[in-house]
Amino acid sequence: MDTLEATAPTPDAAASGVGAVASIETRRPWWRRAAPAAGVAPFLLYATLGIGIPTLGVLYYAFRGNNGGWTTANVAAVVHGIYLIGFENSLKLALLTSIIPGILGVFVAYAIHTSRSQWLRRMTATASGVLANFGGVNLTFMFVATLGSTGVLTLWLAAVHVHLASLGFQLYTFSGVAVVYMYFQIPLMVLVITPALVGLRPSWREAAENMGASSWRYWRHVGIPVLMPSVLGGMLLLFGSAFAAYATAQSLTTGIIALSPIQIGNFINGNVFSNYQNIGYAIAFGMLVILAAVMILYNYVQRRASRWLH
Amino acid sequence: MAPLDAPSAGLELLAQETAPVPTFSTGRARRRIRWWRGVVLVLTAAYFLIPIYAGLRFSFQGVDGHYSLSTLKELPKAQGFTAALWLSTRLAIATVLVAVFLMVPTTIYVHLRLPRLRRMMDVITVLPIVIPPIVLIAGVLAVAPLWLKASPYLLSLMYVILAMPFIYRSLDAGLLAIDLKTLSEASRSLGGRWYSTMLRVVLPNIRPALVSAAVLTLAMVFGEYTMASLDLWTTVPVWIVQFNGAANGHIQIAAAMAGLVVTWVVLTVIVSLDRSGRRRARG
Repeated sequence: MDTLEATAPTPDAAASGVGAVASIETRRPWWRRAAPAAGVAPFLLYATLGIGIPTLGVLYYAFRGNNGGWTTANVAAVVHGIYLIGFENSLKLALLTSIIPGILGVFVAYAIHTSRSQWLRRMTATASGVLANFGGVNLTFMFVATLGSTGVLTLWLAAVHVHLASLGFQLYTFSGVAVVYMYFQIPLMVLVITPALVGLRPSWREAAENMGASSWRYWRHVGIPVLMPSVLGGMLLLFGSAFAAYATAQSLTTGIIALSPIQIGNFINGNVFSNYQNIGYAIAFGMLVILAAVMILYNYVQRRASRWLH
Repeated sequence: MAPLDAPSAGLELLAQETAPVPTFSTGRARRRIRWWRGVVLVLTAAYFLIPIYAGLRFSFQGVDGHYSLSTLKELPKAQGFTAALWLSTRLAIATVLVAVFLMVPTTIYVHLRLPRLRRMMDVITVLPIVIPPIVLIAGVLAVAPLWLKASPYLLSLMYVILAMPFIYRSLDAGLLAIDLKTLSEASRSLGGRWYSTMLRVVLPNIRPALVSAAVLTLAMVFGEYTMASLDLWTTVPVWIVQFNGAANGHIQIAAAMAGLVVTWVVLTVIVSLDRSGRRRARG
């Protein structure tokens, strides 16, 4: 249908100055036929300069040696020592803040979805849309006010003799970063999973109940299998978001935590002394490889999800 | 793959906010799940509301512990704050202008003349979500010419890239909702030139989509930290982090909360307007 529309004679074609009668179209030289594409040229140029060239630049420098020339030394160096720890920490953090908020998000979304209160549903839909977008510096300082050393919640808990620090919790370390990330990860999961819950047809449940299935058996054989691809897809999305995040972790820990994005930031700021001048680009290359794998998985899972839910 | 952390991301999800859902089946099962729903909702509400309460309390509480507006009053006077706010404002305006002039004609053109390219546009505009901002800015600082790196507006040019996913999706949805072809044919058969068709027929029809895309872009620019801090420009978020909180740490929190509250209010208004608009459209 789309292809038809694009080549078929259309009255509006004349207005943009390009003739468009199909039979003539085929006899024209290629540059006349390609002429309509000129309309998207500025956009394509912008995207090439703003996305393509910088990404190619990262790939290029990841394989350039200190004195020019091609080398794999940079990439070999980032799979050892502190940079490997950075990747491990980033992966651990991303796994932790995609699985836990992923599961919590499904429960919250289900609780809201099955609620009879229209007001509650509308409010949480709006709230998750807004909250899912606000990581970064503002979130950091909100949590400093909450869980910092003189934070409101810290003092409340201390009043009932629960001392977070002695339990091993520190806002400015790995555990703190994980707690703060959940503030935007849970709403994101709610946003992503709600359409799948809407697609879970009540008639399936009624059919299962008519055949004598208990609630547990309904979920075991119908609900969970149908939802699973969407849930996994949502978790992959959360994984990518946590893995790539820089601003929150950087402003919370002032860059002392070993995470790949923060190591790239330290490299750009010139806070790194390394035998390899281009080490930062090699870390960035590693992140791109991991994210590409996540994207491939995500596409696969999305195809599975669309089998039952539209 | 939203790098949600840079507040740009996931905004496209906001743009395609879900419509109110039909109610679920009734019966025994519903009653049984009610208690756990209560528990889940109360715990979630606590996790999301306590930090907001804490942030607001710090904003309205002086260092001496008394409640007053003194912290908020000190904010504009704090060293460097107005300069940061002015820089962020200029960047935001430039970003919105470039984004609108780049994305609106392109999206309309693709819808009218090259619907074949819609898939390609989908793929290109999702790239800024897949590629982390930290990687993009590393690449940009490596390859950009010096004269460009010397200007703060390099940030605006990159913010247009970061905003592309939700601007495109918002405009795409807006254009799909109207009968663009019939409208433009009608306009032209009445003798309208292409620019009057665009300005007087198409744009007014996609105004809600355009406004929400522009406001989301503004919100993104005012919260963006990753690129601004690494390009060494003191925008508002960078200022908040760099401010010496030793004297009065409440100022940083007050600035952060002011930013959050303003964006929350604006986005909530947009989402509700969007929804009531759609209800009207459905009749």
